[in-house]
Amino acid sequence: MRKIRRKKHFYLRNLFIILVFVFLFLPIAVLVLYSFNTSKMNILFEGFTVEWYAKLFENANLIDAFKNTIIIAVISTIVSTILGTLSAIGLKKYNFPGKGFIDKLIYIPIVMPEIVLGIALLSGFTLVKLKLGLFSVLLSHIAFSVPFVITSVRSSLDTLPKDFEEAAEDLGAGKFKTLFYVTLPLLKPGIVSGALLAFTLSLDDVIISFFTAGPGTNTLPLYIYSVIKTGITPDVNALTTLMLVATSVILTVSALYQTRKLRKL
Amino acid sequence: MKKRVKPSLFRAVVTLPAIIYCLGLILLPILYVFFLSFLTSDSYGGYTYDFTLNNYVEIFEPTYIVMFLKSSAIALLVTFLTLLISYPFAIFLMDKTEKKQNFLIKLVMIPFLTNSLIRTFGWVILLRKNGLINTGLMSTGLISSPLALMYNTFGIVIGLTYTLLPFMILPVYSAVSKVDRNLISAAKDLGASKWKVFKEVYLPLTLSGAFNGSLMVFIPAIGYFFIADILGGGKVMIIGDLIRNQFLSARNWPFGAALSIFLLLFTLLLLKLYRKIGGRLDELGGGI
Repeated sequence: MRKIRRKKHFYLRNLFIILVFVFLFLPIAVLVLYSFNTSKMNILFEGFTVEWYAKLFENANLIDAFKNTIIIAVISTIVSTILGTLSAIGLKKYNFPGKGFIDKLIYIPIVMPEIVLGIALLSGFTLVKLKLGLFSVLLSHIAFSVPFVITSVRSSLDTLPKDFEEAAEDLGAGKFKTLFYVTLPLLKPGIVSGALLAFTLSLDDVIISFFTAGPGTNTLPLYIYSVIKTGITPDVNALTTLMLVATSVILTVSALYQTRKLRKL
Repeated sequence: MKKRVKPSLFRAVVTLPAIIYCLGLILLPILYVFFLSFLTSDSYGGYTYDFTLNNYVEIFEPTYIVMFLKSSAIALLVTFLTLLISYPFAIFLMDKTEKKQNFLIKLVMIPFLTNSLIRTFGWVILLRKNGLINTGLMSTGLISSPLALMYNTFGIVIGLTYTLLPFMILPVYSAVSKVDRNLISAAKDLGASKWKVFKEVYLPLTLSGAFNGSLMVFIPAIGYFFIADILGGGKVMIIGDLIRNQFLSARNWPFGAALSIFLLLFTLLLLKLYRKIGGRLDELGGGI
């Protein structure tokens, strides 16, 4: 009797987990479904077609926005991963005047309202007379990504065995050699997850781009914001679907690659 | 003899990025907003260098206070809803193997690969008057006329809960997974009910994780103006809308700056509280 009840609980628990995932993926599933819709409006599903996947490439504005979004995401990921990794190591290893303050300040962008960060950056850019455009958006994405990379690398640093670095230095490797051949390889899991996080955050961002792009700059969230009031056409759905497939493939491959490497150890 | 790099150069390479980043991209912009908040706006969208506290006084006007309270109430409700989903989700996940847990937690992050504005539009397709949910319900005969699921507070709450849920799941899961399993079995062996196990074991041990998630949900929930715009139809204003308007349409930068500083101070206050109950800064966002 008790066993049966247990089993029932097990199913109910699984059902709850499934429902949460349904909630999380529902709007995405709907967007994907409507990318195959013959109707130009994203309202009723009228029939199946793949024409939007071809038409997508005729929408020059959309393609341009997509390109800019990807360029910004890639560059901001690379820069913030390097900056964040170095910062995490530096903050762990060295003391310098004002370190206590920096060590707290660096976490502020994680909690601070995005809208305030967006406005602060916009004001800062106008102060130093930086022209708003793709470059200011890029700088802003770096600004909000770095702290996330730092926290991610830091969690790897905390579990890093100290003797490896000491051994390398005892054997005559310089600081940089130790960094490249010992520390960084050991920190790889933290660095990779930090980089993935930075990339994801950059793709997802709306608010920071909204304030720091200035008129005439075209990235995906800005393009969508400009057309959302009149209604989004299914070519946007098609692009979203393609991006989702591409990023999922990349993630799966990198995950498989990592588990295979782990097995080899 | 091999030339060895001076340690001071290495030291500069690993410490300077943090310092330059912090000063240039965080401190300087915030200080400038602070400075702006004391200026006087002229009627042409610019400002004059007449120092005043009026921008801060204006915040306390009754119309704004009402709006703050409403926006905070929505954000609190969203925080509560995400907690209500995240705790059972995290606890139920504990029955699974570690490998499965890792996979499912990664899956929680996948929606972020689609821009949140686009996902919000996904909700429009679902929630609008002739949307999927209404047409579905009407075709089954459960309702005879469409329900008002968006362009109201309900739509905003759905949109915010949806968008911010992963920010609650991650820290709550991370805290729940650190709870010693032996404590749970001990409590169960001693006859504690499921609710009691949650209240007496899980909750006290995961409090800082829950607070961490609440910070990550509540603060964006008062600022995510695009969700209020799209799913609220501009009928309900949240604090984010007010701030954005000062910078983009009303062009009253000093007042917008004062609002921003006010919001920032409020955030720092919550952060202080978080650290007081034992939260760690480097765990913010959930140790993802």
